[in-house]
Amino acid sequence: MTAERDWRGVAAEDTEDVAAAVTMKLRARSRALLGSLLRPRFWPAMVVLLLVMLGNAAQLAGPLIVAAVIDVGIPNAVRGDGTVLAWCVVSYAVCSLASALLWMCFLRLSGRIGQDLVLDLRQRIFDHAQRLSVSFHETYTSGKVISRQSSDIDAFGDLLEVGIDDLLTSVLTVTGIAILLLTLDLELALVVLVTAIPLAFIARWFLRRSNEAYRGVSGRTATLIVHYVETMNGMRAVQAFRREGRNKSIMDGLNSRVRSSARDSLSVVAVFTMAVRMIGNLTMVAVLTIGALRVAGGSMELGVLTAFILYVRRYFEPLDDVAMFANSYSSAIAALEKISGLLEEKPDVPEPERPVPLPRRRDGGLEVEFAGTEFRYRPDTPVVLPELDLAIPAGQTVALVGPTGAGKSTIAKLVARFYDPTEGEVRLAGVDLRAVSDVDLRAAVVMVTQENFLFSGSVADNIALGKPGASRAEIEAAARAVGADEFIRALPDGYDTDVRKRGGRLSAGQRQVVAFARAFLADPAVLVLDEATSSLDLPTERIVQRALESVLADRTALIIAHRLSTVLIADRVLVVDQGRIAEDGAPETLIGKGRGPFADLHSAWQDSLA
Amino acid sequence: MERVGTVAALRRLVPYLKPVRAGLIGSGAAVTAGMLSGLAIPLVLQWILDGPVAARDTGALPWPIVVVAALSALEALMFYLRRKLVAGPSTLVEARMRADLYAHLQRLPISFHDRWQSGQLLSRAISDLATLRRFIAFAGVFLVVNTITLVLGMVVLFSLSPALGLITLVCSLPLLLISTQFESKYAVLARRAQDQVGDLATVVEESVLGIRVLKAFGRGPQLAAKFLGQARRLRRTELGKFRVLSLLWGAIILLPELGIAAQLLIGSLGVADGTMTVGTLVAGITVAGFLRWPTDSIGWLLAEANQAATASTRYWEVRDAEVTITDPDRSRPLPADGVGAVRFEGVRFAHAGADHEVLSGVDLALRPGETVALVGPTGSGKSTLTMLVPRLADVTGGRVTVDGVDVRDLRLDDLRAVVAVAFEEPVLFSASVRENVALGSPGATDEEVREALRVAQAEDFVDRLPWGLDTRIGEEGLSLSGGQRQRLALARAVVGKPKVLVLDDPLSALDVHTEAEVERALRQVLSGVTALVVAHRPSTVRLADRVALLDGGRIVALGTHAELLATSAAYRAQLSTVEDERAEAAS
Repeated sequence: MTAERDWRGVAAEDTEDVAAAVTMKLRARSRALLGSLLRPRFWPAMVVLLLVMLGNAAQLAGPLIVAAVIDVGIPNAVRGDGTVLAWCVVSYAVCSLASALLWMCFLRLSGRIGQDLVLDLRQRIFDHAQRLSVSFHETYTSGKVISRQSSDIDAFGDLLEVGIDDLLTSVLTVTGIAILLLTLDLELALVVLVTAIPLAFIARWFLRRSNEAYRGVSGRTATLIVHYVETMNGMRAVQAFRREGRNKSIMDGLNSRVRSSARDSLSVVAVFTMAVRMIGNLTMVAVLTIGALRVAGGSMELGVLTAFILYVRRYFEPLDDVAMFANSYSSAIAALEKISGLLEEKPDVPEPERPVPLPRRRDGGLEVEFAGTEFRYRPDTPVVLPELDLAIPAGQTVALVGPTGAGKSTIAKLVARFYDPTEGEVRLAGVDLRAVSDVDLRAAVVMVTQENFLFSGSVADNIALGKPGASRAEIEAAARAVGADEFIRALPDGYDTDVRKRGGRLSAGQRQVVAFARAFLADPAVLVLDEATSSLDLPTERIVQRALESVLADRTALIIAHRLSTVLIADRVLVVDQGRIAEDGAPETLIGKGRGPFADLHSAWQDSLA
Repeated sequence: MERVGTVAALRRLVPYLKPVRAGLIGSGAAVTAGMLSGLAIPLVLQWILDGPVAARDTGALPWPIVVVAALSALEALMFYLRRKLVAGPSTLVEARMRADLYAHLQRLPISFHDRWQSGQLLSRAISDLATLRRFIAFAGVFLVVNTITLVLGMVVLFSLSPALGLITLVCSLPLLLISTQFESKYAVLARRAQDQVGDLATVVEESVLGIRVLKAFGRGPQLAAKFLGQARRLRRTELGKFRVLSLLWGAIILLPELGIAAQLLIGSLGVADGTMTVGTLVAGITVAGFLRWPTDSIGWLLAEANQAATASTRYWEVRDAEVTITDPDRSRPLPADGVGAVRFEGVRFAHAGADHEVLSGVDLALRPGETVALVGPTGSGKSTLTMLVPRLADVTGGRVTVDGVDVRDLRLDDLRAVVAVAFEEPVLFSASVRENVALGSPGATDEEVREALRVAQAEDFVDRLPWGLDTRIGEEGLSLSGGQRQRLALARAVVGKPKVLVLDDPLSALDVHTEAEVERALRQVLSGVTALVVAHRPSTVRLADRVALLDGGRIVALGTHAELLATSAAYRAQLSTVEDERAEAAS
């Protein structure tokens, strides 16, 4: 076993502490989410309630009928009159049938409501996560999103499946019996009802502890999941570097932490159920003692005491179910706290409320303009782009060059609106990007990066991502245009070959070419290439290069590349340094100057090729 | 997939249950004791009410009340013990099974991991094991206790009156039949639901990991539609489960009730005839009522047992996967004076189930201390060839030797201690820098880690990180640039001073400036070790002493960069740039 601090290292978010006020806010937030989920299903839920009540009534009728048989039916039958007996038996059978049918309806309806709630919540999380900006996903890791969608949804689903029918039945029973007891005998009833005070304290203790325990389980499980998933995804490195032993001791540590939290939470339940049962049983003993003395003293009827004792036992029985419900309720609320936290995040790049349509695309693409654009990633980080003014006429191919961290990728990401500028505007055909609808923007601007993520499915599916509904002929034409056709046909099932997990079937270069085909199929007015050719081998790069020259001809293009060959096909080169444009001009002109940032870079490249 | 019976699937848990049987049996005993004291309380109460209280005899009251109080306390205590006793064992079984699964997954070959989505592997380690834990803690215990109660109850009923016993039995038999039928239907649905949950997890994972692509193309809505479709399918399966469950519940409620109705009828007629007493009838109905919960619970318990069996089957599906790359039965040591000579001799390789070979007879010898660059068209099998040296994959023909010993004759630990690798995409874990660099040698001192960082020219930037070597990096920590990541991967490769290095194009994804930095690092890293470097670029090739050109599954040319440029047209096609071509065309 290994202490977590030993291997995980330090990160800023470790210093999280939940203050009481914050806890209250979290609670309120998750209850609000629960309310918004339940509200549209109010009437079906009422039907469920009715079904439970009727089902209970049908079941409760059973003992009364049995009593009638014994008190009336049998004596009559002995006297030769079987009518009452027959009626009783028939009505017993009818009640059984009714209770079975009502129960079946209840199960199916409540199951449907529960599944609808889960589906609704799943969809909200998914859609919201997709709406959130890239910058959000850079800090909120994929593992967290996955646990929102898996373990937290499960906790919510458990609440619906386990709790509701038990809770409804219990509440009905307890209320009914309390009223009955009060009418039977006030003094004894108060003895029973006064137990509500210790019960409330115990329930409070229980809810707090089980909430804590649940938080422990889910937080620790989340860490375990991250470690587990990273091991699976990095298995090559794990095995090549004999990491297995170390991983095992890390896993043992995480595992035993999860286990001790899980055990705590079970112990809390154990103590709680014991306490409830103990209070119930002791109350019964007290009722028995007081009652017996009063019966002996003649101030109470024996029959009343008998009924009282029978009812007291049934009064406390459902409280166990209430406890189990409270338990799954607090798990579900803790899960909803986290889900509502995710749902509360505001997208950094919101959709415009009143979008401005883009002008119709002309042959040469659309004009891109930076006007007094300033950008920093977070308020507390330095400015990456200080006041950039730049106009890229429609149809121009611009190459951005400069050292790492100069701000080239930031410029590219602003054009694709992965971020919004902190000052000034980025305009597309004269329209501020913040006023363009997402659908219009994504149709007009496409960015290809070196992160060539492939989705599970076939090669054709992955290319078709550029244009949903594209015909096979269009897909193949796009692949041919970027020189991918040949290798795709050589795959076992050609275009229908499954790319496997994250495109694992293809090499990095092949994935990149598929990503290119995808972009070409999308046919955007503005194409942004951020280091998109970096993982290609030279023969492939040559093919892509030739394709690029024709593909870029009738659109605006922004290219970030460190290969000379790619930069040289540009109409204009911008040398970026510390967020500013250090040099601007046609590549031949800049090289022709002999000295200057681009001319220097150019000669360095020439050397590296020798 | 062939369906394994519920019992057979659950029986596979026995090895894990055996060590904790004391706790499980104890919990079962507590359930039974709690149930018996719960049953005894009303009997004693009845006796007190009918006896001393009815007789107004307060002097006889104290002792019986003490008995009730003691039984009450005992019942409450048993409620506590039942959960307390099972808490340890059930969580222990879960933790052990997870640890064993994890250990097994770490031994399974890369080819297995390429096939399996991590979402599917994760759902086995988390949700399936949670299902099993719940089963062991609650349903399993009750399944045993309630079955015993049912059998005993039937015996009591038959001894009271064979007629009443027979009625209850006749009503229970169809229940058994329905339950069996239900079991097979439910198992299919449960399995389908669990698989659909796994698929859903995969879409979620992709939606987050591929967020940049989705945003760049505005394809979020398409994936959302796919997600919704899958979530709806899952909902349909879940509703199917409810449908089956509701039918079973209907039967479970209805049949025993009809039994009681029949008992009432037959019993009453018997009383009227004088062949049965009212006392017997009341007792019979009371016992049948007492058997209600054990009978009712059967449906729920069977459903749980089914879920658990499905979870167990899914778990063992992975545990049963064969570890194909193992230590040899009789291992050979590496020669003590080994210098790191690597030879490929007639090496062939085909993916399992594929009909064509990726490598078909590769012969290549790396001299000790030499750097050989491996060049070839996309998909020619360069990466595959590098995987064969540290045995991340095994040859399907021929052999690979290190210092004259077949790599398959070495212990994996020994082999991987002398062979280090760096991949095209450096893998970083959410852990400290120290942990990431000393990946396979947790005993490495800070000095050794620093030395490796120095060699890989990474010490400066690591020192500038907020917590130095302790800074958490990777997905859950600080993000690093491509050049920084690649240099850490190189530092990782040299930390144990390996004799052989295998590098899968560590320069491919870097910009010019970073590439220059990493190249400087590489030069130092490569000195004094035997190295095989996959290369796409002339700059990488220049680091090598010799170059091997891989094409069509064989080495087709071998020599220095200059020699090959002069003699091999295929090599020129592979390594000349657009500019070179233009220059040629112009001349």
